[in-house]
Amino acid sequence: MPFISNTPQQQKQMLAEIGLTMDEPSPSKGLDELFADIPPEIRCSSLDLPAGLTEQQVHKALTEIAEKDSVSPVRDAARLTCFLGGGFYDHFIPAAVYSIISRSEFYTAYTPYQPELSQGTLQAIYEYQSAICRLTGMEAANASLYDGGTAIYEAVMMAMRITGRNKIIIDDSVNPIYRVMIRSYTMNLQIDFEHTNSSDGLANHEQILNDIDDKTAAVILQNPNFFGCIDDFTDIADAAHKKGALLIVSSYPLSLGILKTPAEMDADIVTGEGQSLGMPLSFGGPYLGFMATRKKYVRKMPGRIVGETKDRFERRSFVLTLQAREQHIRRDKATSNICTNEGLCALTALVYMSLLGKEGLRETAQLCADKAQYAYERLTAIPKVEPRFKDRPFFNEFVIDLPFEAADVTAELIEKGFAVGFPLSRYYRKMEKSMLICVTEKRTSRQISDLAEALERVL
Amino acid sequence: MKLIFEKSVPGRRALRTGPTDVTATANIKKDLLRETPAVLPELSELDVVRHFTELSRRNFGIDNNFYPLGSCTMKYNPKVTERIAACPGFADLHPLLPQLRMGRMLTQGALRVIYETDVLLRQITGMAGFTMQPMAGANGELTGMMITAAYHRDRSNKKTTILIPDSGHGTNPASAAVAGYKVVSIPTGKNGVMDFDAFKKSLNDEVAGLMLTCPNTLGLFNPQIKLICDLIRSVDGLTYYDGANLNAIVGKARPGDFGFDIVHLNLHKTFATPHGGGGPGAGPVGVNEKLLEFLPVSIVVKKDDGTYALEYDRPKSIGYIAPFYGNFGVILKAYAYILMLGKEGLSRVAENAVLNANYIKEKLKNHYNLVFDRLCMHECVFSTTKQMAENNIHALDIAKALIDRGFHPPTVYFPIIVKEAMMIEPTETESKETLDAFIDAMIDIAQLAENAPQKLKSAPITTCVSRPDETAAARNLNIASL
Repeated sequence: MPFISNTPQQQKQMLAEIGLTMDEPSPSKGLDELFADIPPEIRCSSLDLPAGLTEQQVHKALTEIAEKDSVSPVRDAARLTCFLGGGFYDHFIPAAVYSIISRSEFYTAYTPYQPELSQGTLQAIYEYQSAICRLTGMEAANASLYDGGTAIYEAVMMAMRITGRNKIIIDDSVNPIYRVMIRSYTMNLQIDFEHTNSSDGLANHEQILNDIDDKTAAVILQNPNFFGCIDDFTDIADAAHKKGALLIVSSYPLSLGILKTPAEMDADIVTGEGQSLGMPLSFGGPYLGFMATRKKYVRKMPGRIVGETKDRFERRSFVLTLQAREQHIRRDKATSNICTNEGLCALTALVYMSLLGKEGLRETAQLCADKAQYAYERLTAIPKVEPRFKDRPFFNEFVIDLPFEAADVTAELIEKGFAVGFPLSRYYRKMEKSMLICVTEKRTSRQISDLAEALERVL
Repeated sequence: MKLIFEKSVPGRRALRTGPTDVTATANIKKDLLRETPAVLPELSELDVVRHFTELSRRNFGIDNNFYPLGSCTMKYNPKVTERIAACPGFADLHPLLPQLRMGRMLTQGALRVIYETDVLLRQITGMAGFTMQPMAGANGELTGMMITAAYHRDRSNKKTTILIPDSGHGTNPASAAVAGYKVVSIPTGKNGVMDFDAFKKSLNDEVAGLMLTCPNTLGLFNPQIKLICDLIRSVDGLTYYDGANLNAIVGKARPGDFGFDIVHLNLHKTFATPHGGGGPGAGPVGVNEKLLEFLPVSIVVKKDDGTYALEYDRPKSIGYIAPFYGNFGVILKAYAYILMLGKEGLSRVAENAVLNANYIKEKLKNHYNLVFDRLCMHECVFSTTKQMAENNIHALDIAKALIDRGFHPPTVYFPIIVKEAMMIEPTETESKETLDAFIDAMIDIAQLAENAPQKLKSAPITTCVSRPDETAAARNLNIASL
């Protein structure tokens, strides 16, 4: 049998040690007696599953599915030129990332409960926490959460614990997928959500400033926001703090290579989707939720945290710390129910940031922004294409308006080889002609020109 | 060992970026930019590779040796699944693609993987349908609690409490609490499973549901499981099966047949996907017929023309658990694993997992205090109370001595209802030779505990660090190099 080591002879010997016997004609009978506690009427005689495949067969079958992913005669998904973003980005991943995270000492380990056997994982998490702090400008980070959406949900729970309040203000320039997730996760809780409508591509500062009151636990904002526009939330942080409320900022970590940090805006909790730091798109996961905060809120933060200490010979050591916040100790009083999180993805992000380094991250972010600017200029030069938010600074995504429904164009562009433009009508009712375009450092000027020509032709 | 930041040399570079091939420059005003670059390491590629290779040598995975961490199902992770998940046709797929017009037809392979995994899991568990969205076991538990709440809301039931035996995983009460429920803990009876009388006393109209790990964290199966499910149903409650220990029964019995309404599975346990040093996992949730309408959206469906599509139009759905379709890369590896094992192979999993656990239990029960001396399922729980009373040797000392003998220790101090617990889960992939070597080491340690206990107190001596000061770590908090 695949992946079972013991031979029938050994199974027989072991059963004898337990005091059970294995009948030669029906070898499974003795093994069956091991399940005596399960009443016969709720046992199942056999599963309705296909016969097993060999490694060669399964590899062939699944690579064929992957390669022939498309039943469309026109295109193969993996060969499309990707201008899709929306919080999930097609960045270049250096080969050394995969090579390092493929070391099985990392990926076949589990949560570092035994520090003596886990210094590799523990030090890497400590370094990851440090790198996230350096990137966001914050003082403390946890070891990871599932994704960018659940990270905001956890930040909401944390803000309510810190302030003892339950009003949350959220602007519609925050990723709509995350807004749906937050609503879903908190459906059964007493939370007073106030939704503000963005104003000309930016968060609605005026309304938010007006709405913050002494019942407000937190304001949730995103930078760059879902439309790609760059904002500054310093005024909102200031107003929130005056009323004892917190500012939660969801950020795109790669953009922090150049953009003003959430800490520089005086944010209290910073979250985000870490996928852009070396993880493949992988059809939606596994991704990486990150969270950082002020040192004074560390004990209210969810998730695992690694701390530095010394061993009994005064050697530098790393351990899981502040575990008294966690579910395995506090049970229903824990700061979160999270246990298994995204350890290997956090390692991936750390390796990626280490390979890019101080200059590389800045340059990559700048390249994304410059190429997006070029695409903006090329696309908005097309007659009948208008920028949605003219003169708004953006990072690597921007919104264009077409003369007709944006969703109609995507099929034609796919036929021409471009995965482009997320039609915003899916989440914003009044934006049926709008399309979100994303450009990363992987796109070449040639690809951008080709897209401009293709779009012009279909209009 | 130095931190990667401490190895940094100003001006050194690994990856070269650019040069830019466009003429444009981003038009971002200075006050929207950061003042100084993030202080990330400045190293060569070789520096980075050596640093992490050195870190990896200070780590221990299943590939190193036996890893009998109870309740974590540390079985071998087949290598071929890593290769499959790295295929560009899967790894490079943008999750928004199927939401574009025509895009659905370009992602048929990936949608098929999700759909077929759902179908296979239905067969394995006896449930009517799954969501593949939950990104870990505890995330699945929360999803299950959200479905429970949606069910009661739909029926205008006013229910406030969830019953959870004290032998359950810590995530159970935490998940019920963050979903807005009050938790009532049920004690464990003398037979090692939930105290039936206490359970019946707690049963009233306030009860929204019961979360049960079965077999429980003592490795014991509750033979009254069907009756328990029936009783919960009699107050219109829902029963939740924590599938973290499914490896004990996979192929032999199905939670759906016991009468459970909701089930979560840990693909990184039962279905052999790597644990990744603490994730990523995947925690799909299955429900019975009456709860299908509450599952999160989207759901992958198969259309009459044989193509796969995403369905969003489900008015009673609890909404989104994940941004997209769950941890697809993990689901894909579990799918490949199930296909390789097939009907025959999957039925042998629990048999051999339970055989291995009982073998260890029999061989060690004369040396350590066996908490419940009866047939166990996939794991057995010992206590070091005898060693503690006689020579002040704790479970932790045994664990550290095992490290010096090349083994990963069992789970210690859990379940919390057992003093000085050692919870041993060998899994089916381990051989008798490995188990015998582990048993010998455990017996050797038990003898040392009697004859030379001070030797155990100084363990481990073979590792790069030994017994780091956890109290100091929490007191003098240093969680980042800034």
